[in-house]
Amino acid sequence: MTVIEETSVPSPRDGGADGGPLLEVRDLHVEFKTREGLVKAVNGVNYSVSAGETLAVLGESGSGKSVTAQAVMGILDMPPARIPQGEILFRGQDMLKMSAEERRRIRGQRIAMIFQDALSSLNPVLSVGYQLGEMFRVHQGMSKKDAKAKAIELMDRVKIPAAAARVNDYPHQFSGGMRQRIMIAMALALEPDLIIADEPTTALDVTVQAQVMELLAELQREYNMGLILITHDLGVVADVADKIAVMYAGRIVERAPVHQLYKRPAHPYTRGLLDSIPRLDHKGQELYAIKGLPPNLLRMPSGCAFNPRCPKAQDICREEIPALVPVTEQDGSELVGRASACHFWKETIHG
Amino acid sequence: MAELSKNDEQQDATPNVSEVEVVDAHSETEAVAAIEAPVERGEPILQVRNLQKHFPLTQGILFKRQIGAVKAVDGVSFDLHQGETLGIVGESGCGKSTVAKLLMNLERPTAGEIFYKGQDITKLSGRALKAVRRNIQMVFQDPYTSLNPRMTVGDIIGEPFDIHPEVAPKGDRRRKVQELLDVVGLNPEYINRYPHQFSGGQRQRIGIARGLALNPEIIICDEPVSALDVSVQAQVINLMEKLQDEFNLSYIFIAHDLSIVRHISDRVGVMYLGKMAEIGTDTQIYDHPTHPYTQALLSAVPVPDPDAREHRERIILTGDVPSPANPPSGCRFRTRCWKAQDKCAEEVPLLAVPERFQGSDTPAAHESACHFAEEKDVVHAA
Amino acid sequence: MPDVTKTDVKDAVAEAAETPAAAPATPAKSEKARSLWGDAWADLRRSWIFIVSSLLILFLLTITFFPGWFTSTDPILGDLSKHYLQKPKLGEIGSADWLGYDQQGRSVYARVIYGTRASVAVGFGTTIVVTLAGGLVGMIAGYFGGVVDSILSRLTDVFFGIPFLLGTMVALNSFEHRTTWVVIGALGFFGWTQIARVMRGAVITTKQADYVQAAKALGASTPRIMFRHILPNSLAPVIVVATISLGVYIGAEATLSYLGLGLSGVSWGNDISDGGNQIRVAQWIMLYPSIMLSITVLAFIMLGEAVRNALDPKMR
Repeated sequence: MTVIEETSVPSPRDGGADGGPLLEVRDLHVEFKTREGLVKAVNGVNYSVSAGETLAVLGESGSGKSVTAQAVMGILDMPPARIPQGEILFRGQDMLKMSAEERRRIRGQRIAMIFQDALSSLNPVLSVGYQLGEMFRVHQGMSKKDAKAKAIELMDRVKIPAAAARVNDYPHQFSGGMRQRIMIAMALALEPDLIIADEPTTALDVTVQAQVMELLAELQREYNMGLILITHDLGVVADVADKIAVMYAGRIVERAPVHQLYKRPAHPYTRGLLDSIPRLDHKGQELYAIKGLPPNLLRMPSGCAFNPRCPKAQDICREEIPALVPVTEQDGSELVGRASACHFWKETIHG
Repeated sequence: MAELSKNDEQQDATPNVSEVEVVDAHSETEAVAAIEAPVERGEPILQVRNLQKHFPLTQGILFKRQIGAVKAVDGVSFDLHQGETLGIVGESGCGKSTVAKLLMNLERPTAGEIFYKGQDITKLSGRALKAVRRNIQMVFQDPYTSLNPRMTVGDIIGEPFDIHPEVAPKGDRRRKVQELLDVVGLNPEYINRYPHQFSGGQRQRIGIARGLALNPEIIICDEPVSALDVSVQAQVINLMEKLQDEFNLSYIFIAHDLSIVRHISDRVGVMYLGKMAEIGTDTQIYDHPTHPYTQALLSAVPVPDPDAREHRERIILTGDVPSPANPPSGCRFRTRCWKAQDKCAEEVPLLAVPERFQGSDTPAAHESACHFAEEKDVVHAA
Repeated sequence: MPDVTKTDVKDAVAEAAETPAAAPATPAKSEKARSLWGDAWADLRRSWIFIVSSLLILFLLTITFFPGWFTSTDPILGDLSKHYLQKPKLGEIGSADWLGYDQQGRSVYARVIYGTRASVAVGFGTTIVVTLAGGLVGMIAGYFGGVVDSILSRLTDVFFGIPFLLGTMVALNSFEHRTTWVVIGALGFFGWTQIARVMRGAVITTKQADYVQAAKALGASTPRIMFRHILPNSLAPVIVVATISLGVYIGAEATLSYLGLGLSGVSWGNDISDGGNQIRVAQWIMLYPSIMLSITVLAFIMLGEAVRNALDPKMR
């Protein structure tokens, strides 16, 4: 994902001093036109990230978590995709209303993305140093020599051993973990305000996964970046996230700070997910399994999309789509940052 | 060909089997009889001894010349008991999938033996091999490539009966296939549909039904749920446990997800770079690991508990897994191990109960291939 | 990464294609078993390229088998009273005079009609020969691999290295009387390599699929694996290449005829060759066979394109 364009670099980062969130997604809808009909992949998603914060977007395949991120990055193929409504505010400015030129300037320099498959995101015929240096040559007009020095510095920063010796190597000469580091280096090159990481460690081994996640968290602290982590792994989320948005069938079904979500889920889907993963620290009995299958995006069930799989479903769940409402304590006191899209959230969280 | 001579020495403790490649009719019948005999619950049904698989690296177009070998599996031994689940964990490139292929006889080992009810299946062919295949089946990782997209579900699950017609008479097959669909929790009316009309979890159920068709005794599962969504994984795991009880199956469960392996396995083996690093019961491995690699692996697993992240000790390994074409001397893990000493570079540690634990009945007394094995609980550490 | 988007949509659609038991609202019975071939056929029927090209090909086949339905004039009968400078009577559709006459007073229209047979016969014949021979070689090389593959692949390379037209020209030059079979044989002899390569590649890809491993693990015999698992899943690219090359062989036959090395008889290539000498005074002698030739080649290439779109798994 090398986005290169001949534009001047805007003023250096203002450090997020304006107080508002870095990125805010409001009521975003995305649909795809396919032969079989209209696929509504995202149906009214709201989330926000501030500088230095990690938002985890948790969901299974087809939940719309990646599509939302691609809409934010502006890398959806349109057509077949269409954004019928919604706003994507970056520092208060709606990116959907910007010109293509303005968006390109933000993409890559202010918002960067890391993908799951590092090998296919790097150009196989160019050396790693060249690809890293390209960012500086094109965006900042550096000389070839300076750009290479910068590339080595970046590779050092993402802890690639013997960076100076390996700067001229090609992507296939690196292991999966090292390639993902290079992708991170590339995303970091222009010191963006926000990084979107789409399943950054899914393709990696456990021991390497731990290295990469630690690196990412460290760099985030150092640069005070916002991070949107898109994943399906409840373990990874628990390790790094500050707050979580759980997605199901193109909607956010629950939003909560990380500790609260694991302790007291307020949506039956979240509860089901947490109960269905086996534990490392004890053997346990039979796993709880959410029955049925993820919904068909072409033939969405009426009412709540989760109702055919939900143990708590009542008639109202089949008739009315539940709104994402704030979750409160039993005595009515506020639970900061919590919301659930379930008609029976009270029963789910309190008893 | 150093491996072959090593192989000759290896025959001491294991049942001896004729090395003759062409099995005559009499001994073949004997072999088939042995294969069809029942095994008591808890007895070893599969014994793997010093299994090796080296893939040659060659150069040249028409006249190939060997320039080295990828030692994918390099001396692995273990037993599988009747009715139990043996989990095999390890990172990519550790050779766990090659072990599965060797056990399935889809690859011929470079050296070593696999004894199924006393018969070395690596040397069988013809009728005896076919009888073995009926009893050892496999469930594949990717439900999208493991079903022939141009065959109906009925044909896919019925194919085992075409190949082994003695299992089900022709008129009975359709009913049998429908029964199998029912057993794995699919609607028997789906028999005429094609794989692409199903979701990943449903396809994996079809794959399991195909594996069950011949009523095998052992099922080898190579990452059977890693391609599935979290909410569907639990369904498939539960199904596999149910089937194990119902049909008295023995599983070899190969996976990289340590939590799932703990959940389903009775015993667990940890592989690193073609060798078994540690093997024991699930409690021994997860709560009392003695090999540094196991400890690092367990501590690296992200735990779905945000409270753990502050006070959990993480052992973050440096570097990557070395290439199996050129593994380190001595202990293969020494290049990433924080305990490594000179001895580790010189001497290959054997998979055995460490000396310091011998004779004691602590859970730490299980086989571990480390010169400096010591117990360390990384999962519950606070 | 546009790829990511596509996969997501594909997933969504795959989910959409099933009727989960958990969703009783969906009409479960409305969905029939749909094979991949059936899906491809359903796709084809909706493609206008397919409809146009197959109507054209149907028309050409009708001409081939029933030339008498289109003209009662003998294409070989030269009526010297019909001078070739007499202009075509474009108003008299279907008459012997319609497209004018050639130098020997033969009806251009009748020759265009009867020439179709030669072109279509060579096109289909060569394609069948090439697909069978190339397919067999590719299948054996791809399936068995190792030394067998090395030898067959080198052999393919050797044939591939011979310029196709030059090879056939040299071969055909040694025949005095060149029948349809001779031309098919020569074209097939030098033309099988492309299909062999495509087939080999497809077989190697398919061979690694887990379902082939699964069949082996069940103890399936080699013929069973080859014909039930590998062949049906390797056929799609071969069908596409074969369809397109059908048009190419028709063009090649015309080229050979033009150079005087093609069929000895009525064929478009021969007529184009003859007409070329008169192009300044009687363009029609060359023009009408050329138009027919172009339409025919185009029809097959369009058909190939439509088939490719329908069979390409990436579109699914």
